[in-house]
Amino acid sequence: MGAQVHGTQNFDKAKRSGIKFSEEAMNTVQKIMTNYPEGKSKSALLPVLHIAQAEFGGWLSAETMDYVASVLKIKPIEVFEVASFYTMYNLKPVGKCVLEVCQTSSCWLNGAEDIVKYIEKKLNIKVGETTKDGMFTLKTAECLGSCGTAPMLQCGASYHEKLTYEKVDKLLEDYKTAGKQRNYTDLDYKNTL
Amino acid sequence: MGRKLLIHNDKVPGINTLEVYRAHGGYASVEKALKTMTPDQVTDEVKKSGLRGRGGAGFPTGLKWSFLAKPEGVPRYLVCNADESEPGTFKDRYLMEKIPHALIEGMITASYALGAKRSYIYIRGEYFYVARILETAIAEAYAAGLLGQNILGTNFSHDCFVQVGGGAYICGEETALLESLEGKRGNPRIKPPFPAVAGLWGCPTVVNNVETIAAVCPIVNMGGEEYAKIGVGKSTGTKLISASGHLNKPGVYEIELGITVEEFIYSEEYCGGIRNGKKLKAVVAGGSSVPILPTELILKTAKGEPRLMTYESLSDGGFQTGTMLGSGGFIAMDEDTSIVKNLFTFARFYHHESCGQCSPCREGTGWMEKILKKFINGTANESDVDLLWDIQSKIEGKTICPLGEAAAWPVAAAIRHFKHEFIEIAKSKKFVDISHYDRLNKVIA
Repeated sequence: MGAQVHGTQNFDKAKRSGIKFSEEAMNTVQKIMTNYPEGKSKSALLPVLHIAQAEFGGWLSAETMDYVASVLKIKPIEVFEVASFYTMYNLKPVGKCVLEVCQTSSCWLNGAEDIVKYIEKKLNIKVGETTKDGMFTLKTAECLGSCGTAPMLQCGASYHEKLTYEKVDKLLEDYKTAGKQRNYTDLDYKNTL
Repeated sequence: MGRKLLIHNDKVPGINTLEVYRAHGGYASVEKALKTMTPDQVTDEVKKSGLRGRGGAGFPTGLKWSFLAKPEGVPRYLVCNADESEPGTFKDRYLMEKIPHALIEGMITASYALGAKRSYIYIRGEYFYVARILETAIAEAYAAGLLGQNILGTNFSHDCFVQVGGGAYICGEETALLESLEGKRGNPRIKPPFPAVAGLWGCPTVVNNVETIAAVCPIVNMGGEEYAKIGVGKSTGTKLISASGHLNKPGVYEIELGITVEEFIYSEEYCGGIRNGKKLKAVVAGGSSVPILPTELILKTAKGEPRLMTYESLSDGGFQTGTMLGSGGFIAMDEDTSIVKNLFTFARFYHHESCGQCSPCREGTGWMEKILKKFINGTANESDVDLLWDIQSKIEGKTICPLGEAAAWPVAAAIRHFKHEFIEIAKSKKFVDISHYDRLNKVIA
């Protein structure tokens, strides 16, 4: 993990690594920081980590986390302990599109396992792996609140529900054609039933 | 047709916009409360309504509100728990996605009753797109003078914010949610103090579920007594039920508390029966953590009375022969379902979601998953059933938060009612997944 330094030292390190929010992202971050009373801007950490992940390649490197710490004026360890607790933050590089297939009860009852196997075969990767072209990472997820429209998978902000093999074919094709990195923060989410 | 108070307008085109929502009577409760009632009068109506927490615990909402400490000069907060993560539950998502203003309206009215100048909607990170919908609704409300300074020309000012989580079931526990909202790991706090005294940033806080807050609107509009006339006994009003599994018509239904379970499963108005003409085998009635019940016990109580969709009737018989209404996550399983395999998905879930603070939960959930995995691999022995029982009994009541119980109860209930399935696998040393994936199989063919 990142060095146990904070304050200006930490900011210098982040600066050296060349990581910096785009102007647009920085504006959003600063707006989020005003959502809380004076002195409570640490509360912005979770939403800001989502923005950082979207900005810096879909995952949180030690440098990215140090940078976030410097922006929120907190210690790097405070960022790391949060980033490592929640499942939505990737601490290792991932593909442009992370496919998260729900595998809990209702989805399992409706064939989630078959969907996972199908994607594994189709992309020639196992759960947890990324395709050679860096396009897709396959993951399993725990209940995503789509039980009535199972089976489902999430990719970035989009929910793909009532999956069939044909639908999986199509969504993989669409994502590949677009070739974009998909983030939870995307505004162009699509929810397909 | 049962009465609907929360999602009666869900099919109206444009109901997600302020304009259409208001044209259908939206924000009437804000007008009524702010202009004609005192905050205490609003709380009284909620008390009279008998409304109980819709997130799962079923604690009386009015009573929870009355516990809120009100020291001079200290801000108070209302926090909406939109961290809907209990497997089988998707009602809050539906409500927020379709009618976001129903929640915003409730946030304003409830905040007025509690004297909260700020409120937060903590929504699970996976629902990021729903957070966008809420943010749009909030911006509309600000533009219309329903949020911000001097709402509708009254003295009441209020700001409402949406906060996204990072993906953690435990943040549905209210003190873990507050920790997360403060930008920390979602580790539940030791209680007391309760959030009503020391909650968000140490200030008095009320944490309520999405559906609970939305229900405040019809209660204020119609009056608590009128609301309490719907339902049976202490189960008043309407409840959103998320129906999933092997049903003909899965989805979110608003029911009047008190209809029979049989009507809910089989009537055309609701789930329309079990799909593919199969027989019902078992039901998890209130989200993954409540005890699973076999058909005969979910349709009728041990006394032979019809089981009703109420807090009391579902828990009739205790855990020996009953279950709980919980969050209303209703998962139905047909005759071909392996109860052991379904339980394995629950155990894997709880192991994944344990925050790791308390040893019985952190270690116990892992053990249970591991042992159940042996059943799935066909390598379990008969004694493993006893071991599983032993482990679950050593988690319950020994943890800071109820995740321990939530993990233990489904294991206990599956063994209690379906022990023969475990024994059969252990004896034959073979697990055959008999569950069918009809719809998917058709696609293969």
